Amino acid sequence: MRNRINEAHEAVENEETSSESAQRMVVVPGELIVSGEDFLPGDGARRNGEKIVATRFGLAEVAGRSVKVLAISGAFVPRRNNVVIGRVKDITFNGWLLDVDSAGTGFLSIEESPRFINKNEMDQFLAIGDVIAAKIWGVESKRMDLTLKGKGLGKLEGGFIFRVIPSRVPRIIGREGSMVGLIKEKTGCNITVGQNGWVWIKGNDIDSEIRARKAVEYIADKVFITGLTDKMEDWFQKN
Amino acid sequence: MTKEFKRPDGRKLSELRPIVAKAGVVPNADGSAMFAFGKTIAIAAVYGPRLLHPQHMQDPSTAILRCNYDLLSFSVSDRKKPGPNRRAQEISKVTEWALLPVLDLKEFPNTVIDVQIYIIQADAGTRTAGINAASMALAHAGIPMRDLVCSVAVGKLDKALVADLSKEEEDFEEGEGATDFAVAKVANSDEFTLLQLDGKIEPETVKEVTRLATDVCKEIYEAQKKALKDLVDNEREEKKK
Repeated sequence: MRNRINEAHEAVENEETSSESAQRMVVVPGELIVSGEDFLPGDGARRNGEKIVATRFGLAEVAGRSVKVLAISGAFVPRRNNVVIGRVKDITFNGWLLDVDSAGTGFLSIEESPRFINKNEMDQFLAIGDVIAAKIWGVESKRMDLTLKGKGLGKLEGGFIFRVIPSRVPRIIGREGSMVGLIKEKTGCNITVGQNGWVWIKGNDIDSEIRARKAVEYIADKVFITGLTDKMEDWFQKN
Repeated sequence: MTKEFKRPDGRKLSELRPIVAKAGVVPNADGSAMFAFGKTIAIAAVYGPRLLHPQHMQDPSTAILRCNYDLLSFSVSDRKKPGPNRRAQEISKVTEWALLPVLDLKEFPNTVIDVQIYIIQADAGTRTAGINAASMALAHAGIPMRDLVCSVAVGKLDKALVADLSKEEEDFEEGEGATDFAVAKVANSDEFTLLQLDGKIEPETVKEVTRLATDVCKEIYEAQKKALKDLVDNEREEKKK
């Protein structure tokens, strides 16, 4: 179930390939999207008699029979399989508590550590204030469980982190990571983008790191533009 | 109803003051909006859903809504003593009640959604402008909601029903005196979420008040809708240049 939502986020990136005519309609809560008995309301939509109406502000998408509304603003809501960047804020007897900039707290169990750790020396692996990239594998009401099993996950050393608006993250990543891949290639930096809007950049020198940050912020500012990958090629020529 | 009744600013009886609405005015908030009725300007910022403290207020079944209305000290000509007071507390509470029926907060247990409403310039109708701004800001914050909420004050000047009172009209003393009736309505249905009466009115006239409010709320709804859509449309326009 939750995975599907993740795909919905990725679908936002595909917008750059869609033609002008297929542009998604902006809807406000309570607004009619389509009417007819055949349609099935999905995420962000609701049936009201004959009509399918939006329940949140965003871009309405009608794909076949299913109707959904893609978020374009708002706070980060954790979902399973989201990769997030978090900062260790406490160490408990069986794991680490992390601040991931959302309503719940992130929890990383000691079993997730790649090597054996003495419970008395947990800060040898992660101390308070350390930053990690982790994947969410379960969401409960007050906490989300994190794992480090996966490509590119683990402690982030060196470089710096900064925040962008969480709803703009899918666009920064691009389809199958095309956009962030382009920035990595052009600047030679290591970049990790968390779904919670935290971005970590580490490069060989400060100039390329700043260039990468500017590129990320440029994309975050221009999410609704079609053909952004081509635009970025131009941008890199100018900057 | 005397047809010849003239309003001090020359408006028609059902005419609103010029509306200005804009979304996304506070960059650090999760959602924000500005709404103005003539000289009355309200700014609303929404934060959350975020973890609620104190913990004993947490509700494991739903998120809670916490509104804070603040009439800033410089918003009126005689400086208002800053800080919360009885009036601000009451308005914060009725704003909360006016907005809650359209929100669906079950998705975010144990959390709070904070709505800060600042009145930066006041000329009557501040609570209604605040509700309009807050409703837009909540939508902008991506909170699941059934509909938008529109709010307007309907007044009775002597015997004439008028929409959106200005300060001058609120202080009208002639004839039967002024009546101020703040109304909030769910945009696409006939539900009213706020009815607050200050003054005297016949029970039969209340129906007319709701009818007038329903009419003018359409205008407010269009302004709110346009402001939200402009957020995306303006960016889309930009690229075409």
